Amino acid sequence: MSNETAPLLSRAAEAVYWMARYIERAENVARFIDVNLHLQLDLPLEPAHQWQPLIDTSGDASTYLERHGKAKKSTVIKFLVWETKNLNSISSCLRAARENARSVREIISSEMWEQVNSMYLKIQTQRALAESERLPEILRAIRLGCHMFEGITDSTMSYNEAWHFLRLGRQLERADKTSRILDVKYFMLLPSANSVGTPYDDIHWAAVLKSVSGFEMYRKKHGRIAPRSIVEFLVLDREFPRAIRHCLRAADESLHAITGTPMGSCHYPSERTLAPLRAELDYTPVESIINQGLHEYLDALQGRMNTIDDGLARDFFHAAPDDLPAAEGDAA
Amino acid sequence: MELNSYQTDGFYDEVFDTDGKAREEARLLLETIESLEDGELLRCQRVAEALLLQMGITFNVYGDSAGTERIFPFDLIPRIVTAEEWDWVERGLKQRIHALNEFIDDIYHDQKILKDKVIPEEIIKSATFYRPQCRGVNPPGRVWCHITGTDLVRHGDGQIYVLEDNLRVPSGVSYVLENRDLMKRTFPRVFAGLKVRPVDIYPSKLLEMLESIAPPHAANKPTVVLLTPGMYNSAYFEHSFLAQRMGIQLVEGRDLVVQDGYVCMRTTKGLRRVDVIYRRLDDDFLDPQVFRPDSLLGVPGIMDVYRAGKVSLANAPGNGVADDKVVYAYVPDMIRYYEGAEPILPNVPTYLCWRDADRQHVLQNLDKLVVKSANEAGGYGMLVGPHSTAAQREEFAAKITEKPRNYIAQPTLALSRVPTLIEDKLEGRHVDLRPYILYGKEIYVLPGGLTRVALRKGSLVVNSSQGGGSKDTWVLAPTEGGAGNEQ
Repeated sequence: MSNETAPLLSRAAEAVYWMARYIERAENVARFIDVNLHLQLDLPLEPAHQWQPLIDTSGDASTYLERHGKAKKSTVIKFLVWETKNLNSISSCLRAARENARSVREIISSEMWEQVNSMYLKIQTQRALAESERLPEILRAIRLGCHMFEGITDSTMSYNEAWHFLRLGRQLERADKTSRILDVKYFMLLPSANSVGTPYDDIHWAAVLKSVSGFEMYRKKHGRIAPRSIVEFLVLDREFPRAIRHCLRAADESLHAITGTPMGSCHYPSERTLAPLRAELDYTPVESIINQGLHEYLDALQGRMNTIDDGLARDFFHAAPDDLPAAEGDAA
Repeated sequence: MELNSYQTDGFYDEVFDTDGKAREEARLLLETIESLEDGELLRCQRVAEALLLQMGITFNVYGDSAGTERIFPFDLIPRIVTAEEWDWVERGLKQRIHALNEFIDDIYHDQKILKDKVIPEEIIKSATFYRPQCRGVNPPGRVWCHITGTDLVRHGDGQIYVLEDNLRVPSGVSYVLENRDLMKRTFPRVFAGLKVRPVDIYPSKLLEMLESIAPPHAANKPTVVLLTPGMYNSAYFEHSFLAQRMGIQLVEGRDLVVQDGYVCMRTTKGLRRVDVIYRRLDDDFLDPQVFRPDSLLGVPGIMDVYRAGKVSLANAPGNGVADDKVVYAYVPDMIRYYEGAEPILPNVPTYLCWRDADRQHVLQNLDKLVVKSANEAGGYGMLVGPHSTAAQREEFAAKITEKPRNYIAQPTLALSRVPTLIEDKLEGRHVDLRPYILYGKEIYVLPGGLTRVALRKGSLVVNSSQGGGSKDTWVLAPTEGGAGNEQ
């Protein structure tokens, strides 16, 4: 092969990164909706408040309000699953993931491409079933499909530069989604946060954990449902794959693998944003987060994660030729 | 499956002879098909189509609503070519490509063939794809046509003719490989007992050829890339497929930049030099500083680098001069001129409308002839006389009279047919054959090719944009002591 050491094209790096983010986003939205559908069955008496948090978590609350007004089950589901005008709906995410995958088909494995492609083709045919009883089944298939994509990725693609960009996208998206669901739900449940947990609160908090597939793992580690422990688990846990700390550690590892900078030192601006954030999470006690206010903390965290995203674009995706090191070797 | 009702309708059939008996090379295949239960073939066909969709083997349809993707219909009944016939085709193609390459090199240098009045100079000067910007360029090894996809057709007389040379940016080879793959996945039993020559070797041969034309400074370890117009191009699948199979990078114009006299690609680690570009972009779009200034798909300044010999381009810009259908008519003369030999593969007899006598004949026989625009491909700009309306003939008569240089005409060929699955029965459909030829250090012909089939009953137009499909093409290996000498 003539190109075994050639670095990735900037355009391809960006496409792989966004492909992974969109798959992860689709999976998260599917899970959030599914959990909410279950929650609704447990708490039939308060339907009015159940769907707005989902819109808030998506980050597209103002778009939704403008187009659909009040959060009703049917419109929320349409907005989050099917709406093509909503660029973050599951359907749009899968389309975007596929478009990105299509543009790097020669970089990812054929198996990965076929998986994204068939997920996309499938959801197109299911559009007609939007309001049917089959929704939970469809959502489950999407989650499984995304998990399968992750598994196929990790078992068919070399852990090369492109894979690290992919993992970077996946982990940053995951951290973002965990922080959002925690933020929104905590805010909602705040009045009761210091009171003794009622069964009612338990159901809500369990739903938060289930939204990030964390209920079982939480139980093993912390046992009783307690807001403080939940915050600790979802923000600071080292081992749980959707805990923000875990995600940022994995992202940082991949970023260093891409740049070749040894762990613990920084060379690129994007590293200078990610590495300190990761270090902070390693040493922050949960009390300090709760004392400064979880919402304020998570808000600041999301802001800093967006900065990482901008940094990646500047460092790797859209660098102007003049900013880049000149061609090497005998080309000079 | 019952085959008794199959009709050859007086056409040359690739599977049955004139008495309706199976040709020897097709006998095993037919036995297999006959042993299938009713509906089995159709089921395999459906499986194959579903696979195509899932694998995303689709092409984009121009002029259709944005982003429409279709599969290129695939038919399960292969076309079979005997070893003897292939040996002859291969020799004919090598001779033809060699002569065409000599011609292009001559046109951009001394123009001996024009000075010797074998081809009229005004034909070349007025050829759409003649590029004065390429005068004096010396591509490595003086090869201009690295990848060719020659269109061959068999007429009712049983003779194979060259219909078009397709020197510029021929496409379709990915379907040759995918069709074989699909055949093996959905219908493995038909291969039993037949020695079909493999086609999988193509990407290796292509990469080898591309590396062999690297500029001298990069001869040791050239960086080869494939330049695509982007994912909305109709052949994008093929671009990514070939890049993947060769393990090279697939780049777009915006990924490339000219710096310090070299072509470089933008990577996450800065700029990296590129040495050989397999470009799937027409000349027109390659360099806005030299060709079309409004092109956003190309790389400004790339032609300067190319002329300086610091990057190699395959195919070489300017080689389309020989794709002009008027120039095509002179290929037999070129072969005699450069090779000193008679052409092995004949041309289809061609009337050149700029000759007064030819034009008269064409205008009087529009209802019998096929009229083609000299510089269009894909089945566009074409009149099939026997299938045309009076209004269409009038339109073409006006066009021909106005710009005779731009039109040629040929007799309507009775293209040979191959049994094709229509609904759940086999019916004869017309086919052509596009073999692929690589030219680097030497000329290589892939043993196989793209058999395109006109799926509409009676249609002679096989292009994918006009309702065509494709078939696997089986070139049989020579038996002991037979023709051919490849491993």
